[in-house]
Amino acid sequence: MTSTQAVDDIVRSEYEHGFVTEIESDTLPPGLDEGVVRAISARKGEPEFMTEWRLKAYRHWLTMPTPHWASVHYPPIDFQSISYFSAPKRPEDMPKSLDEIDPALLETYEKLGIPIEEQKALAGIAVDAVFDSVSVATTFRAVLADAGVIFCSISEAVHDHPELIKQYLGSVVPHTDNYYAGLNAAVFSDGTFVYVPKGVRCPMELSTYFRINARNTGQFERTLIIAEAGSYVSYLEGCTAPQRDENQLHAAVVELIAMDDAEIKYSTVQNWYPGDAQGRGGIYNFVTKRGDCRGARSKISWTQVETGSAITWKYPSCILRGDDSVGEFYSVAVTKGRQQADTGTKMIHLGRNTRSTIVSKGISAGEGQQTYRGLVRISQRAEGARNHTQCDSLLIGDRCSANTFPYIEVKHPSANLEHEATTSKISDDQLFYCRSRGLTEEDAVSMIVNGFCKEVFNELPMEFAVEAQKLLSISLEGAVG
Amino acid sequence: MLSVKGLRANVGENEILKGLDLEVGPGEIHAIMGPNGSGKSTFSHVLSGREGYEVTAGSVTFEGRNLLELEPEERAHLGVFLAFQYPVELPGVNNTYFLKAALNSIRKARGESELDAVSFLRLIKEKLKILHLDDSLLKRAVNAGFSGGEKKRNEIFQMALLEPKLAILDETDSGLDIDALRVVADGVNALRSPERSMIVVTHYQRLLDYIEPDRVHVLAKGRIIRSGGKELALELEEKGYGWVLEQGQAA
Repeated sequence: MTSTQAVDDIVRSEYEHGFVTEIESDTLPPGLDEGVVRAISARKGEPEFMTEWRLKAYRHWLTMPTPHWASVHYPPIDFQSISYFSAPKRPEDMPKSLDEIDPALLETYEKLGIPIEEQKALAGIAVDAVFDSVSVATTFRAVLADAGVIFCSISEAVHDHPELIKQYLGSVVPHTDNYYAGLNAAVFSDGTFVYVPKGVRCPMELSTYFRINARNTGQFERTLIIAEAGSYVSYLEGCTAPQRDENQLHAAVVELIAMDDAEIKYSTVQNWYPGDAQGRGGIYNFVTKRGDCRGARSKISWTQVETGSAITWKYPSCILRGDDSVGEFYSVAVTKGRQQADTGTKMIHLGRNTRSTIVSKGISAGEGQQTYRGLVRISQRAEGARNHTQCDSLLIGDRCSANTFPYIEVKHPSANLEHEATTSKISDDQLFYCRSRGLTEEDAVSMIVNGFCKEVFNELPMEFAVEAQKLLSISLEGAVG
Repeated sequence: MLSVKGLRANVGENEILKGLDLEVGPGEIHAIMGPNGSGKSTFSHVLSGREGYEVTAGSVTFEGRNLLELEPEERAHLGVFLAFQYPVELPGVNNTYFLKAALNSIRKARGESELDAVSFLRLIKEKLKILHLDDSLLKRAVNAGFSGGEKKRNEIFQMALLEPKLAILDETDSGLDIDALRVVADGVNALRSPERSMIVVTHYQRLLDYIEPDRVHVLAKGRIIRSGGKELALELEEKGYGWVLEQGQAA
């Protein structure tokens, strides 16, 4: 098999999770104006303060230009052609148990290999399953409530914990932050809210499975996680999407807040539809994720495995405000076919003796384009700050590309920064070596790629690490250099 | 067991093998010697199925199968093993994991059950003992950061584990000091068996002091120009390749 043929195979490989569940959706017509923003707020029965919060964001958003600095290419998005709200149709109330959930929906999860019934029994993972824009199932709420942990949809939090929402929502990513964060603040549909009280170690891994399903519906998730002093929480986010024709805009905002001695571990496995062979129909994933280490000795750790989406624009970041706080970013990003990704992280060192670690592994195959863009900033006050950055790119085939743009700003002489970067290819020698030992070409690629990503997979919770490896193998089926 | 007849192969425009004939019987060790550029490595690579070589004429039959129409992994499944002159590094891929995957893929292809972790570790320990190796190499990534000697020892260890019927040792002695050479040769000798044939490709007679061949062949300009017993290697060492090349031309 020649390498050109082999690379063509990946480009042609069908999206495994490509199916659309027939479900009636309560969808707003396409278009965006103040009326739509009010309608979203009204449909969710939000209090006045929230409506005003959205409108303020919307008005500011109107004044912002669309960003063009990222190294990705796509036709201009017509924001008036997008529908901004879609919820699976349900009976009057929120379902109380799985029996009340639309069977078609449960079937969708089963096709994805994540049946909620099994999840309930397995490994003590609470699942706040997001189907389209509204949370439809939440489990293990009681166990968490005993520990004092609040784990609910952000809509519920707006109703039940308005004081926390008022205090923290938008405090890490304000609506003025960037174009897509502004849009999200105006029209966010739903998302997850987690509050871990002082000194509490969250008794289980929290997990949300996202899925984009209704046709032509932008999805604007909003996640807010607050870890009070001395608390710990690990949050898992996983995404898959069914096959579809139109491009879909996904502009999520994730805000993490860690107080003194608190730790938040945020893990993502992302597998949204990347588009067909010509790159048509894939998800545009324009996400703002930021963690604020507000307290001393706090720690925020981002781990992500990104294999999906047509375009990814994403920089999970840490603001290391508290003295001795720690920020970590571990990432595996795969681009194949016509996928484009501009991703990386920002580590903003404000406090003394703050430390950050960046390990980024980029894999490009087919005609995939990938850019690592990272910023490490050491402020004037950040005495004794340290950063270690490692950026490795692996190329498969000869039509893909990888770029690295590390930005480093140091304003304190005591700073200690290390930056390592490598670019390598899966060589014919490596493949032949594996094959001469009896391994197939596919197994060889999978083994080499998994070896390349090992440092990042080691950071994932066990069940996610297994899923990530599987995903990577599926993504790179037939990928040979 | 292995029958090579009139083998011609090109690399690009250049014909490297020009009608090579070789018969290897079960349990035999054949040494192939020759000067630089004679086609020794090309021959090893063509036998193991590496891309980049075009076979234009001749045949290679292994236990009745036409080897040339098989993929490299299919040849491995049949029991062909190439010990590389330059073993390849696989960063991040654990050596034990690699060996287990390789062994199980071969077992699977032969319709045997795959070994579980426990049986595999037992097997590994047994093989380490035979070769007098310690287990430090197993915990590291495949060949990554290995010294020249460690890489070659790792090749022999793989050979011990995969138990091939035909092992091709491609300049296994290159880059080894005398102590490392002895360790590798002892390993090879420990693996001699009536069911295992070997083709030892080498530049120097030195290796053959430790691995005693049944037959010695001189490869020059893409053909075997002279064959003989182990004494031929000694004669070559003494008189140089020039001697046999002249003789070849005369004959």
